[in-house]
Amino acid sequence: MAQEHAHSSAVERLLNCEVPLRAQYIRVLFREITRISNHSLALTTHAMDVGASTPFLWAFEEREKLLEFYERVSGARMHASFIRPGGVAQDLPLGLCRDIDSSTQQFSSRIDELEEMSTGNRIWKQRLVDIGTVTAQQAKDWGFSGVMLRGPGVCWDSRRAAPYDVHDQLDPDVPVGTRGDRYDRYCIRIEEMRQSVRIIVQCPNKMPSGMIKADDRKLCPPSRGRMKLSMESSIHHFEPYTEGFSVPAPSTYTAVEAPKGEFGVFLVSNGSNRPYRRKIRAPGSAHSQGLDSMSKHHMPADVVTIIGTQDIVSGEVDR
Amino acid sequence: MYIAVPAEILGIILPLLLGVAFLVLAERKVMAFVQRRKGPDVVGSFGLLQPLADGLKLILKEPISPSSANFSLFRMAPVATFMLSLVARAVVPFDYGMVLSDPNIGLLYLFAISSLGVYGIIIAGRSSNSKYAFLGALRSAAQMVPYEVSIGLILITVLICVGPRNSSEIVMAQKQIWSGIPLFPVLVMFFISRLAETNRAPFDLPEAEAESVAGYNVEYSSMGSALSFLGEYANMILMRCPCTSLSPGGWPPFLDLPISKKIPGSIRFSIKVILFPFLYIWVRAAFPRYRYDQLMGLGRKVFLPLSLARVVPVSGVLVTFQWLP
Repeated sequence: MAQEHAHSSAVERLLNCEVPLRAQYIRVLFREITRISNHSLALTTHAMDVGASTPFLWAFEEREKLLEFYERVSGARMHASFIRPGGVAQDLPLGLCRDIDSSTQQFSSRIDELEEMSTGNRIWKQRLVDIGTVTAQQAKDWGFSGVMLRGPGVCWDSRRAAPYDVHDQLDPDVPVGTRGDRYDRYCIRIEEMRQSVRIIVQCPNKMPSGMIKADDRKLCPPSRGRMKLSMESSIHHFEPYTEGFSVPAPSTYTAVEAPKGEFGVFLVSNGSNRPYRRKIRAPGSAHSQGLDSMSKHHMPADVVTIIGTQDIVSGEVDR
Repeated sequence: MYIAVPAEILGIILPLLLGVAFLVLAERKVMAFVQRRKGPDVVGSFGLLQPLADGLKLILKEPISPSSANFSLFRMAPVATFMLSLVARAVVPFDYGMVLSDPNIGLLYLFAISSLGVYGIIIAGRSSNSKYAFLGALRSAAQMVPYEVSIGLILITVLICVGPRNSSEIVMAQKQIWSGIPLFPVLVMFFISRLAETNRAPFDLPEAEAESVAGYNVEYSSMGSALSFLGEYANMILMRCPCTSLSPGGWPPFLDLPISKKIPGSIRFSIKVILFPFLYIWVRAAFPRYRYDQLMGLGRKVFLPLSLARVVPVSGVLVTFQWLP
């Protein structure tokens, strides 16, 4: 959902459209759920590459619960298509906040279990400490972002540096590493999961009631119930779904702090309803180019695990 | 000369084969339960017929071998591995007098057989005529050697305490107290060295999929790989037997309690034998893998000096207090 958020933010910036507060809170809530889901996958598949097969299955049990939240809110477990330009697609169903709350209450214990298997384990430390080290200058040169950049100590988090939505009110702590090796990145991801849990706990409490889409009917179609009642609603439903809406001319680059790094969308519009150019800046494609320099002076068995720690998904590398 | 009766031989080998088959199932089930899922439980209730199904499948599959592989060696290598682990059971005592053959050098015989097991792996890898298999075989073999030496030194430590006897008498000597209790660090080192010797996690980099494409038996299919695999598991069970003889006491009754005297000795032995493969599986589920150079460093720089460092003080203490048997 972070990627949907990036694209929607780009479109909204071009349109100069204001997203209602409730929609912003919902977006942040699901962004942090995405972050936990991504980190549990990334960390534990990385652990499986190193050899520990158990954290993978434990984390996926947690991920099942999060995917169930996705499905309840949007209908799809993974590619939710929930965050749309102007707000979110639908309001949260009844009971979702209560279920999210009960799920997060036990989630910290699950993170503790994962940590118990790995963090103090001497085999784990031997495999991860001082492997795949990146200095701060190298990280900036190669264009790393996200955890790869915070590992060597560069404190850059798009949520803090260029706050969007309501992040300035939620105030997460941003964990930053010191040595820039794989162990630091692993610890940062675990800590980010805990901070995401903190945000998830705060969001439903602070969420106001209200609209979940921008008021501009040319941008956000009305609900289906409304649509059948009045002529204008039918037109406002028909137009976006067939022709789309027009976006004014200049271009924008909007980036969000996706769990894998900084996910950016460069959108150039020529005033019509189709973008002239949309370039996606995926964090994985920048990280994968650093593989060579990161794995120098290490063994072949480390290359596999360095790929894991960069949190690369081939899909976003190739696009 | 001790003449072995064929029935006795069958009585040792058949349960071992069954045990190995079910150990494969047990590994899958135990790992599954550690990982919050169920293992195979479709074939037969609780998956108990799964080894049968797997065995049938492997027998019925077409054996493919590389055309440039050395034919006779390629076929013989997994057979040799499996046969050696069966043969080593000849000197393991199950109860008073229940041992196929009881030479005075029983423990040495066990040690020699496990050293011969290295040949099976090297021959399997080399005769496959494939780069990766050969590399995997060399790495497995090179990993086994320092841990073998470490095991030998640990056996010496125990033998010093017990005296030069045949295997049954070594077990009998633990009537007062199990060797594993005063020599508990030695038991731990023995366990870890056995993990490394049988290429089990966390020392299984030569067999790991991601790093070295399944190691020395990559070119084998159907029964060839099944035999290598079974040989490895038979080694796991087998290596519990010196553990049992040395450490938690083998078949003598637990602290001479009348209740445990009622259970037959071989059952007591089997219960103790079952414990260690369970620990092996548990360790495999819990820990990540050592990288190869870290594994070798651990063997040569940690376990070898440690085992040597156990022999010297133990013998010193025994000589000083004249407790030598």
